[in-house]
Amino acid sequence: MGDDLKTTVLNDLHVGLGAKMVPFAGYSMPVQYKAGVLKEHLHTRAAAGLFDVSHMGQVILRGPDVALALETLVPVSVAGLAENRQRYGFFTNDAGGIEDDLMIANRGDHLFVVVNAACKDADIAHMRATLEPRGITVDQINDRSLLALQGPQSEAALAALDPAVAGMKFMDVATVDLLGAACWVSRSGYTGEDGYEISVPNETAVALAEALLADERVEAIGLGARDSLRLEGGLCLYGHDIDTTTTPVAARLQWAIQKIRRTGGDREGGFPGADIILKELAEGAANARVGLRPEGRAPMREGVELFAEAEGGDPIGKVTSGGFGPTVGGPVAMGYVPTEKSEPGTVVYGELRGKRQPVQVAALPFVKPGFKR
Amino acid sequence: MKYTEEHEWLRVEGDVVVVGITNHAAEQLGDVVFVELPEAGTEVSQDEEVVVIESVKAASDILAPLDGEIVEVNSPIVDEPSKVNEDPEGEAWFFKMKLEDMSALDELMDEAAYKNFIG
Repeated sequence: MGDDLKTTVLNDLHVGLGAKMVPFAGYSMPVQYKAGVLKEHLHTRAAAGLFDVSHMGQVILRGPDVALALETLVPVSVAGLAENRQRYGFFTNDAGGIEDDLMIANRGDHLFVVVNAACKDADIAHMRATLEPRGITVDQINDRSLLALQGPQSEAALAALDPAVAGMKFMDVATVDLLGAACWVSRSGYTGEDGYEISVPNETAVALAEALLADERVEAIGLGARDSLRLEGGLCLYGHDIDTTTTPVAARLQWAIQKIRRTGGDREGGFPGADIILKELAEGAANARVGLRPEGRAPMREGVELFAEAEGGDPIGKVTSGGFGPTVGGPVAMGYVPTEKSEPGTVVYGELRGKRQPVQVAALPFVKPGFKR
Repeated sequence: MKYTEEHEWLRVEGDVVVVGITNHAAEQLGDVVFVELPEAGTEVSQDEEVVVIESVKAASDILAPLDGEIVEVNSPIVDEPSKVNEDPEGEAWFFKMKLEDMSALDELMDEAAYKNFIG
């Protein structure tokens, strides 16, 4: 079974650094290095962490009116995205659910999108089936790796290789020369910190990772800390906090649906599930994704059922991801509750090992974002 | 010291045994963030879940190594779960128990056998 796992170009580097490798979305990936999840998490928030996210799907879309074409799949204003800017979006389905979330960058004569590893084959098939008939080419980029450098000292560490990156603002994208290779850099990430994602040619990926790791501010960080960082950052993990059955409104992602795609906008609707999603934007959804702070120290993980009362009654919702938040210093979680229970401060109860424990609905994110706006 | 296949160590101290988890187990668990201990005075049977331990990765149960009574628990590790990673075979013991039958210890592994067991 293990033999079927794919590896990234950085595999030997991970193993050499003492990483514990685990199967993730068909890849053998580092879940942690020698320091362990807790220290890796705290290091990222304090300095800078380097993540290998090469398992994610990188795709170039090119063709006539490519932005308008992609708008038929996502409820996001792609045509309104300025050149060298990026924005967050999601593929929706006819039921108004989310097929995957993605980053969309306008790189002038083409769009560059990054999709989740577990969904990339389906996403690419979906884009080919719907966009190719409109004359759009859908090219999966396999000759590039993807690195994320995250944390308050990311700018200083990356600027040591090319000072130009210091001038980039949150969600800017640029082609930057790093170690002689043309890298596609965005000032973004998925940890709630300032940082960069770097699409680097495979032949330069190891050298770039080594150059960054040679900087004493930068440490290699595994998927374990990536998960606790994004959880504290209030960011959704696809397949857990959002999936084919959760709508963008229930997921509280309506901020990603620009006015122009909403009812009354110039490019209203025209994406899968628009009738349902536009209705929910106007009237609200029955459930809402919220932050959850369990009282006490016990973490509440994915699947923990939530109740309105300390005793009796049916579950009203459940935890979709949760664990210990190293920066918060206690358990944190996200989950769904009925909208009338979604106000921060509301107390619900999570059932842990047969006992109901109070949980307070909390505002997201749990930590203040460090984005450079 | 005696060891169980559940990676607990047992050290005899007079008429009680002190129980904790091994360095190997602590390493495998990763950073411990939560410990729930039983109450002193609890009668337990072998393989009964007596301690809940959560790391950044997952929850695990610690089982009673043998039949007996919990006579004392190490409350400070509840407030400072990270001690379990720092000193699992010393300061971060979990509980002390009075065994129903001290000779039951003979069935457990000695250090050489445990080292062999974890490979």
